[in-house]
Amino acid sequence: MNIHVKNGRLIDPGNDIDALLDVFIADGRIAAIGKAPAGFVAEEVIDAAGLIVAPGLIELAARLREPGFEYMATLESEMDAAVAGGITSLACPPDTDPPLDEPGLVEMLKHRAKNLHQAKLYPVAALTAALRGKELTEMAELVEAGCIAFSQADEPLTDTRVLYRAMQYAATFGFSVWLRPQDSFLAKDGVAHDGEVATRCGLPAIPVCAETIALATMLSLARETGAKLHVCRVSSAAGVDMVREAKRQGLYVTCDVSINHVHLSEMDIGYFDPNCRLNPPLRSLRDRAALRAGLLDGTIDAICTNHAPVDEDAKQLPFAEAESGATGVELLLPLLLKWAQQEKISLSDALARVTMHPARVLGLDAGHLSAGAAADICIFDAEACWRVEPSTLKSQGKNTPFIGQEIQGRVRYTLVEGHIVYQSQD
Amino acid sequence: MNNPQLNRHGELQHLLTTEGLPVSIMLDILDRASTFLDDAESGREIRKVPLLHGKSVFNIFFENSTRTRTTFEIAAKRLSADVVNLNIGSSSTSKGETLLDTVDNLCAMHADMFVVRHSQSGAAHLIARHVAPEIHVINAGDGRHAHPTQALLDMFTIRHYKKEFHNLRVAIVGDVLHSRVARSQIHALTTLGVPEVRVIAPKTLLPTAVENLGVQVYHDMALGLKDVDVVLMLRLQNERMQGALLPSGQEYFKNYGLTEEKLSFARSDAIVMHPGPMNRGIEIDSCVADGSQSVILSQVTFGIAVRMAVMSILAGKNR
Repeated sequence: MNIHVKNGRLIDPGNDIDALLDVFIADGRIAAIGKAPAGFVAEEVIDAAGLIVAPGLIELAARLREPGFEYMATLESEMDAAVAGGITSLACPPDTDPPLDEPGLVEMLKHRAKNLHQAKLYPVAALTAALRGKELTEMAELVEAGCIAFSQADEPLTDTRVLYRAMQYAATFGFSVWLRPQDSFLAKDGVAHDGEVATRCGLPAIPVCAETIALATMLSLARETGAKLHVCRVSSAAGVDMVREAKRQGLYVTCDVSINHVHLSEMDIGYFDPNCRLNPPLRSLRDRAALRAGLLDGTIDAICTNHAPVDEDAKQLPFAEAESGATGVELLLPLLLKWAQQEKISLSDALARVTMHPARVLGLDAGHLSAGAAADICIFDAEACWRVEPSTLKSQGKNTPFIGQEIQGRVRYTLVEGHIVYQSQD
Repeated sequence: MNNPQLNRHGELQHLLTTEGLPVSIMLDILDRASTFLDDAESGREIRKVPLLHGKSVFNIFFENSTRTRTTFEIAAKRLSADVVNLNIGSSSTSKGETLLDTVDNLCAMHADMFVVRHSQSGAAHLIARHVAPEIHVINAGDGRHAHPTQALLDMFTIRHYKKEFHNLRVAIVGDVLHSRVARSQIHALTTLGVPEVRVIAPKTLLPTAVENLGVQVYHDMALGLKDVDVVLMLRLQNERMQGALLPSGQEYFKNYGLTEEKLSFARSDAIVMHPGPMNRGIEIDSCVADGSQSVILSQVTFGIAVRMAVMSILAGKNR
């Protein structure tokens, strides 16, 4: 279908464009920017006056809870939520039940996602069988089935020799290894940052050295094996410093942070708010400042949601017993805009962290609107305010630290390969 | 953020923690408690009063306790309340009903007040947020977080023997990391204007940034106890030896056990307190526990009066 997106402000960080330009879409691809190609006849016109036209957002960590955790959320509900949040491509971690450690599981997930005709799904497969940290998965087979990287999700890999071998093996084929740095012994039973709030509230704590020790291990092994390393959800100032130094030394390493950690700190736990029970834990204000600085100087490449819908009952428990996680895909864009406003950076710079940078992490030619590229587009109203309420969220998970807050920025249209997969009703 | 233990008029709605508890309410509780003692010197409580007549107090204990539950029960009965004791024993993660389901069921039985003990920090806050506004929650100990009635009875005891707070040096000795009593004591002492609160423990038993709670940190008993007026001992649980926090009970006793020799560093009129149950020969020597400076048994007696005070204030009845 030929679509003409007119009168919008086009922001395409990948091509350094921020201007009032029309977009012409044909056969699922960007046919032209600015001027209609010869003979172009629009079958549909989207009037984007007052709206921003940007590449569709690319999410690095969205738990869809399938297979195995359908009581928390389903593929349908979370894919619905993702496009409502302007996300056109998303990677999902392998911590399902069973974990994504076999080609058949990956194929099935991809197939089901494809039939929903929404965002494009890029599964991250398990690095070790059943995420147990003992045997390698069939990585080459899994890539053939459609995986884009390998990870342990939040499961520990305590045996450093297994990690060493896994990274060597991945490096053989040029596969990426995504790891979240957390030493499982130091983090054992911990539910909050080892700081003032955990001390005051009497919560079992996770010290920063749980992150730095694990990070030192994975950076050493990446150096040793030459594996492409992506550091997931860095949470501390010391962690950011280590990634910065590794990059300075020329190591191939990328890094992401969750949008929750860009905005929140341990202080937000307040009187045991279970919505702030997150993984990794929210750290100190100083850590938050360092994460923001790391984003600005490029140490941290991408911002993700760390979307983890949780059923309501699992949050109605004392803090330490409550399930960790928060819904996030529908909040990424408004929270990104808030961050951009606070840091006084351009919309283009901000959008780069959720479009072209995560595309690079995924190894995809995506996240930009060059002529010929797939027409994955997010059209949003940067001014529209809305209140985060269970009823305004499509995700089956209604828990987020931002519940009840008024936020700014609302997606109006989401297009995937030239199809309108989401259009807001208000 | 609203203080979850006060209602919109600033009155006590629940007693969850001594942190952020206004000094006026704290003093009100202590003053009210003394009216429940017939003769403050001997520490005898008065007979039954009908302040909570017709009210139902539910003691729900998800964690074992004899002393605290019994003193709450006696306090409620002295106030003429109907008392129901539930020892649920295990935490809500075990199979079966969730914590809030249990609470809902008890609410349906027309509970007016809950006295809650739970192994998880924040459990009392969770219940307080959940119940209807006419129901009051008293935290009888939640995880490592708070044990406000223990701290208040300690404050009552300190005031009983020392009269004032503003001229005292108080040392808290032992496993502060795992202690809800210590946290509640620290907040109560600093709120009541004690100018110098010390904690004495090895680094493995102190939480990170404990000094931010307004205390001075010592690792040495001789230095930490020097010239203090009040010594608050904490219970050391045996499982601490397993988690690589301490090598042995003997070594702990040698360094941090309160002996007559170590107590001699404190002022000669210093009082020694302990929330019980004591581990004699681990954190405290029997000579000290039973000695002339020990006021440990007075704490227990005063505990009933303080709990009567808290319940009667929550029920909004004046004597």
